[in-house]
Amino acid sequence: MAIEVRIPTILRGYTGGAKQVTGTGSTLGELITDLDSRHHGLADRLTDGGGLRRFVNVYLNDEDVRFLDGLDTPVKDGDTVTVLPAVAGGARPPAAAR
Amino acid sequence: MRYENLLDAMGNTPLVGLPRLSPSAEVRLWAKLEDRNPTGSVKDRAAFFMVAQAEKDGLLSPGATILEPTSGNTGISLAMVASLRGYRLVVVMPENTSAERRALLRMYGAEIIGSPAAGGSNEAVRVAKRLAEQNPGWVMLYQYGNEANARAHYETTGPEILADLPEITHFVAGLGTTGTLMGVGRYLREHKPGTSIVAAEPRYGELVYGLRNVDEGFVPELYDPSVLTTRFSVSSGDALRRTRELVAAEGIFAGISSGAALHAGLAMAAKAVAGGERADIVVLMADGGWKYLSTGAYEGTLADAEARLEGQLWA
Repeated sequence: MAIEVRIPTILRGYTGGAKQVTGTGSTLGELITDLDSRHHGLADRLTDGGGLRRFVNVYLNDEDVRFLDGLDTPVKDGDTVTVLPAVAGGARPPAAAR
Repeated sequence: MRYENLLDAMGNTPLVGLPRLSPSAEVRLWAKLEDRNPTGSVKDRAAFFMVAQAEKDGLLSPGATILEPTSGNTGISLAMVASLRGYRLVVVMPENTSAERRALLRMYGAEIIGSPAAGGSNEAVRVAKRLAEQNPGWVMLYQYGNEANARAHYETTGPEILADLPEITHFVAGLGTTGTLMGVGRYLREHKPGTSIVAAEPRYGELVYGLRNVDEGFVPELYDPSVLTTRFSVSSGDALRRTRELVAAEGIFAGISSGAALHAGLAMAAKAVAGGERADIVVLMADGGWKYLSTGAYEGTLADAEARLEGQLWA
């Protein structure tokens, strides 16, 4: 069983630089625990006291999990989970590396 | 239609059916065309309401200075409103800005202060807040936290939509300051309980998120997640693809965030079809495609267009 998890730049120190890792679990919470077993410390950057940390957004197949079942959201083989930091809205034109 | 002046001509924008993009007669998509506003974007509503509220609160007198971190539509809208109402406008925006945006802002009489590009949007907000402290007489309207932003949509956009489409089942819009979704969302949930309120959040390229710390992110003060029922993350590739489909299938020339909103709208439409339910889905098109032409979004291959958007905040 493989669930693809996309990791933002800021957290790739935990994955040895990998932008994508795979894991297993039947819920998002289990998946994070599974990832943490190989990428120690990752879970603590994502969760805090049983919930997602405030400035972390997690999407299951592009849907924000806070509008599904949070950490209890079921996940299955073939799903894609994306982790992103929260950013401000508003258009900006071309920029050099931020 | 006749109006006494340009500001009176704001809002009351068309709701246009999308017969070719709608999956069936029972599941229909509708576009609310916000480019039909005085400066060509949905932000005209927020800008007008924020300035009007500041006037009511006695914060603005003739010749007063308004300050705002923005180089996008809000800056342009505020520049127009400030100019017509007799105020000075200072905008704070990242240093490397396109020629069109600078020209538009200067044309309306705005003054531009650059913030370091490397700091992105969070940095522009920080610089603006510092300037506000240093200049106590200046008024920072602060679109990310100003209730008049959301209220503009509660009082105008939401009622327009329900009046035009009483059978609405879903409202879909881009998520930025969150003003549109909070205002329209609250209005529709009060007056038509059960309406789905769906956010389309732009998912930018890696360069944009960069080394942004997950512990010090930014969530607009206006944001109340309980108003939403669903929030989608939409990639630039999907947003571009849908923006082009809008032109090709329906003849609508909209900005890239409109493509993102359409992508989320189509996802909701597919769910309705799969569930055998009828749906009337309103997708808000925040602006026209003019300001994005130079990004090459509307020509060449999709892959090239996507590559050109890499590193840009396109919504």
